[in-house]
Amino acid sequence: MPGDRVEDLLRTLAPQVLGVVARRFRDFDAAEDAVQEALLAAARHWPSGGLPDNPRGWLLQAAVNRLTDQLRSDQARRRREDAAALEPPPPDVPGTDDTLTLLFLCCHPALTPAAAIALTLRAVGGLTTAEIARAFLVPEATMAQRISRAKARIKASDVPFRLPAPEERDARLRSVLHVLYLVFNEGYTSSAGGSLHRTELSGEAIRLTRLLHGTLPADGEVTGLLALMLLTDARRPARTGPSGELVPLAEQDRAKWDRGQIREGVALVTEALALGDAGEYRLQAAIAATHDIAPRVEDTDWDRILRTYRRLEGVTDNPVVTLNRAIATAMVHGAAAGLALLETLELGGHRLDAVRAHLLELAGDVAGAVRHYDAAAARTTNTPEQRYLLTRAARLRSSRSVQGS
Amino acid sequence: MAKYMLLMSYTEGTGCDLPMGEWPPEDIRAHIDFQQALDAELRDKGELVDAQGLAGPDLAKTVVSDGRTSPVVTDGPYPEGKELLAGYWVVDVESEERALEIAAKASAAPGPAGVPIGQPIEVRQVMSAPA
Repeated sequence: MPGDRVEDLLRTLAPQVLGVVARRFRDFDAAEDAVQEALLAAARHWPSGGLPDNPRGWLLQAAVNRLTDQLRSDQARRRREDAAALEPPPPDVPGTDDTLTLLFLCCHPALTPAAAIALTLRAVGGLTTAEIARAFLVPEATMAQRISRAKARIKASDVPFRLPAPEERDARLRSVLHVLYLVFNEGYTSSAGGSLHRTELSGEAIRLTRLLHGTLPADGEVTGLLALMLLTDARRPARTGPSGELVPLAEQDRAKWDRGQIREGVALVTEALALGDAGEYRLQAAIAATHDIAPRVEDTDWDRILRTYRRLEGVTDNPVVTLNRAIATAMVHGAAAGLALLETLELGGHRLDAVRAHLLELAGDVAGAVRHYDAAAARTTNTPEQRYLLTRAARLRSSRSVQGS
Repeated sequence: MAKYMLLMSYTEGTGCDLPMGEWPPEDIRAHIDFQQALDAELRDKGELVDAQGLAGPDLAKTVVSDGRTSPVVTDGPYPEGKELLAGYWVVDVESEERALEIAAKASAAPGPAGVPIGQPIEVRQVMSAPA
């Protein structure tokens, strides 16, 4: 079996095996380490030695063996180890799905987002520490430490290995969705340059959200998040030019968009919106879908986008939403109306300058646009974006000097 | 093999005083293509350890602390009249000669109208880890 097929299989089995082992030993931390070692062993042996008859059972046994060895060597735990070692191997019940329990645990609000992301990718995604470290461009030892501190934190908070109580369920699910959304964005915003392996994070976020959707198919926000990811990721092939430069939505070659992903995303968001009471992911997905179904940029239904941004403002207090509504306002009611809306916004960072520059350019104020593109370029921390903003300013400058001469 | 850190500063009075935002668009593109090609070359040759550009001086802060009272945090450094660290490479190479060759190439990155900028590149050997 080729290595990448083995890897896919391991990633599917990882949360299933971890669920069984964690529940049996009642020690998530040690179980997670043991499963990670079992996965590494399988990744080493299976591609050349062939798949065992029962891959899931093999992993389960390997993890249990490691955990028992470790417990045996740990004097302080001798009593518990004896009891555990005497039990028969854990029953392999393929029907049990612990993915949801694991996601809730790894995305626990006691963890910082960076810690929750790393732990989720390892425990639920089945990625190795080395792979996660590469994706986040930090040394492997640093990532290993981040993960072990996250697990220590969970241990200290005494979170049981079971689904949260119904009254906490909604808030905890929001944390899970937020972590998955951050993983997606981490991959999506860094799709340029030599950092190709980072784009795999988007694929992994989609896979995990799909898994969650499989567990909670009736939850509109889970469906909405999956749709949002698919509809955004569908544009990836058109989003960067030949040397890694950013291509804005309005200038993208729509023939390069992934039609299959758009179809799936539109179907999901339509289904999720029909449930009513739409939250932020469904509404963002609805906006992404409106862009994606326009055959040409001039066919974009800006009225609908503007209406959806207004609804989005009703469910979130994120000022970036208002920033985006300013763009939609400018497209429907003219640049001046969009610029007026920006006056009401207080927002740090470079984005306000970038949007103001864009709207000033639409309004024909070249000098003002250049000034704000420069200001945005000086404050962004993203290299392709800086390049885009500088180029935009440079283009306006040269068009002005051509007109002037 | 030995590791070297190549530090690139923007220094006034060298080949190009014009901020990049004021270059013609095609020259910005040529400059960035050059940097990407250099990184790709170093990666292909197995010499690249790390290469990073630093965010602009608007976002920079300087911190001083005596360890007892609250630290003093000031904005800057600002580039007026002095060098400003813009980015760095860490390369793992056979010889100092090769490190200098890479630095020379980086220094000659194209500026407006394709004229090499000639930014000074500081080449510093990275000390090896204690045994």
